[in-house]
Parts: sequence; structure tokens; C-alpha cells
Amino acid sequence: MEVRVANVRKEFERFPALHDVSLDIRSGELIALLGPSGSGKTTLLRLIAGLERPTRGAIFFGDEDASQKSIQERNVGFVFQHYALFRHMTVADNIGFGLKVRHGATRPSAQEIRRRASELLDLVQLSGLEKRYPAQLSGGQRQRVALARAMAIEPRVLLLDEPFGALDAQVRRELRRWLREIHDRTGHTTVFVTHDQEEALELADRVVVMSQGRIEQVGTADDIYDTPNSPFVYSFIGESSSLPVKVENGEVWIADRPIGLQAPHAPPGEAVLYFRPHDVELLDGCSGCIAGTVAASRRVAGTRRVELEIGGERQRVEIELPVDHPAAQKSRVAFRPRRWKLFPVS
Amino acid sequence: MTTAPAKAGWRFRQPSVIPGFGLTLGFSLAYLTLIILIPLSGLVWRSAALGWADFWAIAVDRRTLNALKISFGTAFLAAAVNVVFGTIVAWVLVRYRFPGRRIADAMVDLPFALPTAVAGIALTTLYAPNGWIGQLLMPLGIKVAYTPLGIVIALVFIGLPFVVRTVQPIMEEIDKEVEEAAATLGANRFQIITRVLFPGLAPAIITGFSLAFARGVGEYGSVIFIAGNLPFKSEIAPLLIVIRLEEYNYEAATAIAAIMLALSFLMLLVVNLVQTWSRKRYG
Repeated sequence: MEVRVANVRKEFERFPALHDVSLDIRSGELIALLGPSGSGKTTLLRLIAGLERPTRGAIFFGDEDASQKSIQERNVGFVFQHYALFRHMTVADNIGFGLKVRHGATRPSAQEIRRRASELLDLVQLSGLEKRYPAQLSGGQRQRVALARAMAIEPRVLLLDEPFGALDAQVRRELRRWLREIHDRTGHTTVFVTHDQEEALELADRVVVMSQGRIEQVGTADDIYDTPNSPFVYSFIGESSSLPVKVENGEVWIADRPIGLQAPHAPPGEAVLYFRPHDVELLDGCSGCIAGTVAASRRVAGTRRVELEIGGERQRVEIELPVDHPAAQKSRVAFRPRRWKLFPVS
Repeated sequence: MTTAPAKAGWRFRQPSVIPGFGLTLGFSLAYLTLIILIPLSGLVWRSAALGWADFWAIAVDRRTLNALKISFGTAFLAAAVNVVFGTIVAWVLVRYRFPGRRIADAMVDLPFALPTAVAGIALTTLYAPNGWIGQLLMPLGIKVAYTPLGIVIALVFIGLPFVVRTVQPIMEEIDKEVEEAAATLGANRFQIITRVLFPGLAPAIITGFSLAFARGVGEYGSVIFIAGNLPFKSEIAPLLIVIRLEEYNYEAATAIAAIMLALSFLMLLVVNLVQTWSRKRYG
């Protein structure tokens, strides 16, 4: 099922949580809403589910305007961060709940409901736990039950709100791979919210980066990481370093020296240079490069992170060197970013 | 989340690192003995002096049986009424924000504070055949004051805060997400309440019921004004005890008291067992 969010605005008591957001979600896609807290990602998810109503704009499921429908009619599967399982029901009853509350002819027989529940338990690899109560399960198991419960109603869209947020790191990684498998097998159109960029980049077909109630960028993991389209995305996704620079005659300058980067299309004036700390080229001499004195050097896993002070203003910038690189021992390092981007000062 | 069941019974659990376990335990036991155990065992002692045959004669006396039936029956009915309406009151106080909510909330506690005799007199004035409400009910053939129905109304008044105050905090803790989850799964409002919310509240409701019930069984002050106190019809057991005392028939008084004690203990035990069972099940 395709989902189209068209010019949606959401205010909570006059305070805008989403400004004019539009997004097309393709059928069968696994898409991540990524952003810091307060970016509006959960609000957007809840709007799609019908748990909130948009102040303006509409949400379409296929060609049908879903914004006029109640939550119950939308037929979405929603998985909450803290599972929201029914404590007084067994695992099987939890999964069967959505089928049991149906009316009249649409309600399957008790036997059929039981069969569906055990089928879904197989899918989420919890066979044999039908009779347990949620209190008797671990966090990871509970979240899998919650997913099975959401899938039991054959939802048109599956929505997950920070599904792994309450779990510890290892279970999280495991469930991430497992969710991808389930998605590939069942093909539900799936939207999940996360603030963990690793999770978003690894799991999703496309990532929607959000900030302050707006969508900053939509794209595949490669698009987002390699060609960020705003300073926010550059600094939010992965490691980044930035330096204030000046553009003059199609060249990038720091203070009164050109640094050997050509920017023929950039407008002249003040700008900020962004680059990845690991994507730099170290130089010996310095005619057109960035040079600085080493202020600090830390070993981080397989690399050495060196903090440099650049120029008279002692701007601090971080680069990454291989552990055994001789430059790490020196007091002065010269480098030039291999891949970089300029953003005008706003 | 799952706690291992306590290993076989009667052992002291490892006290916490905070000192004073011996002192506080000793104090608690001494206090409970002084306040509860000694008076109650005195009661049993006195009634035991009566001898089995005499005790039995008092116990199966028709007046005693009727008084006990009225006491426990009306207390049960009143507690049942309070469970329904007390839960609704708690729901409204927890779920909705309306002007005067704080005042309504405070009002729930009034039956705790009001002298019970005042409540009894007020209710009697209202429900007497010529009272405000009584005269409206009279043409319908409903007589409230001076009947067991009057007793039930007095006990409903007395017991309301017990239900509201036990259910309210549990209701406040209900996770909104659980309701939202049920809604996304297609459950309508009614199904959400009956299948999701109510079962979660059941332990608190049972507790509220047992407190209101226990209070109702022992209630004296408000009931004697509205009950009319006709032997065999609207005479409650606590009143019968007082009557026996006034006749200097201490043995009969203690015997009835001992029977009430045993019955109350039994009912609270049953309620507690139900409680434990539901706790174990729902974690």
C-alpha cells in the first residue's frame, strides 16, 4: 500500500510540531524516520496511524483519503517503544486480539484465530510461548510479540515507533537483522521511527532525516551519507568537521590563504566548509592546504583522532588518521579534505 | 520482571543494608499485639467461657441469625453498588478535566471525615416518608428509611471513598499506549474498556470492594438512625451486640462479636486469595 503525506501541518496548542511536511512512501518499502528528539518524527508516524489528526493537509493510503477515517478503520499495525502488550492476556490472546474484536462475519472462528496466532509466533520465532504472560518474557521477546500482534490484522501499513529503543545494544542489533528478514518475507509497507542513525542507515530502503518539524532530506543510505544537502544532515549523520571559510574568485580561503579547493559555482562570501574527518588527504608541504597544530590526539578503536588548531583564530577541527601514521607524532599536520561541501552562512 | 517465588515459607528474608530490622520488627509485633491481638483474643476468651452448648444456642438464635444476615447482606450489596459507581466516579476524576474537578475530588473524602451519626441523621431526614427524597419515592411504593434498603444507602455513603481511593491511583497509572494499541487493532471504545482496561483494574476493584465491605459490616453510627432497628427486619449485628451489653448479657454480646469476627476474617481471607491469584497471573 502506498502512503502519501500531503502538506501536513500539526500544531499542539498553537505550537507547531510539523510544518508543511510532504512524503511519498512506496508500496512494500521499508522506510526510516530519523531525527533528534523533538524533530517531529513520532508525530508524523502517529499522524499516519490516525492517533493524531493533522491541523492541515491530508494523508492518503493509495488513492483513498485516510485522514477522514478513524484509527479503527485505518487498519494499520502499530508497534510501540514500550510494547504496550495487554498484561492480563497470554501471548496467544494478545496476538489474536485484533481478530477477536472484529464484528460479525469478518471475525474468524476461534480455531482460525488460534491457528493464525501460532503461525505468527512461528514467524517471530517464539513458537511454544502461546500460554505465557507478557510479564514472563524478556524485552526482546515482548517486542516480537508486539510485532506479531500488529501483523495479525493484516495491516495495510506497519508503523513502528522506536521499536528497539528500550532494548540493550546486542538484542537491538539482532532484532534489526530479524526485522529486515521479516520485512523481506512479508512485504508490508513499513515505516519506523528511530533516533539511531546506524539503525536507520542499515535497515531502511530509504531514510527520511527530520529536524525541527521539517523533512531535511529523503534518500538511500548512500545519498544521505555521501551527499548531505544541508549542514544539519552533514553534522547529524556520521562524523563531520566544519570550518568557517571564505569564497573568493572561485577558490576557498581560510583567513588570508587559499587552501587548494576549487569552488567555481559557489557564491562569493562567507561560508562553512564541511568534510568527513576520515576522508582527508595528508600533505607534507603546505602550499594550498589546511595546516594546524596538534591540540589533542586520541586513540578510538582502529583509528587515531587528532584535534587540530587552525590559523590565528585557533579554530578546532578533527581529522582521523591511521593508527600507525607518522603524522600523529608531529606537532603540526597539513591536510586537505578529499570530499567536502560548502554551505553559505545563514 | 518475573520475581522468583519466595523459597519455602518461614524464613527471615535477608534484611536490607539499612540497619534497624530487629528494632522495627520488634516494635511492629509489640504494637500489633497491643492494639489488635490482645483485644481480639480477649473477645474470643470471653465467649469461650460460655461453653459450647450455650454459644451454639446464641449463634443459631433467630434474632442473631437475622441480624448477621442483615449486616453481611446489606454490606455486600452496598459494596457491590460502590464498586460500580465508585469506579465510574474514579474514571471521571482521572480521565476528564472539568471545572470543579478538584472540589469533586475532595468531596469524595467527606464520608471519611463526617461523624457517622451526622450522616445517618441527614440520610434519615432525606429518605424518611416525609423527607425530600422519601416523599418522591413513597408514591412509587418504595420505602427507604426504616428498612434494610435504608441500611444499604447508609453503607453506600460510608463505603464510597474506599472504592474511589483504591481504584483511582491504579487508573492513573494506566498506560495510554495500551489503549492506543487496542484502538489500532480495531477495538472500539466499549471493547477497549471491557477487554483491556477493566481486567487491569480488577485487583484494585477487588481491594476496594473488600475495604468497603469490611467497613459496612462494622458500621454502627449512621445505620442505627436510618434502619429503624426492628428486630428480625432491620436490626444489624453491631446493634444487637450493644443491646445485649445494655442487658448486661456480656456472654451473648461477646458470642455474637466472635461470630462476626470469624465471618469477617473468612471473607477477607477469600478476597486476599483472589487478590494473590490475580497478582500472580497479571504480574
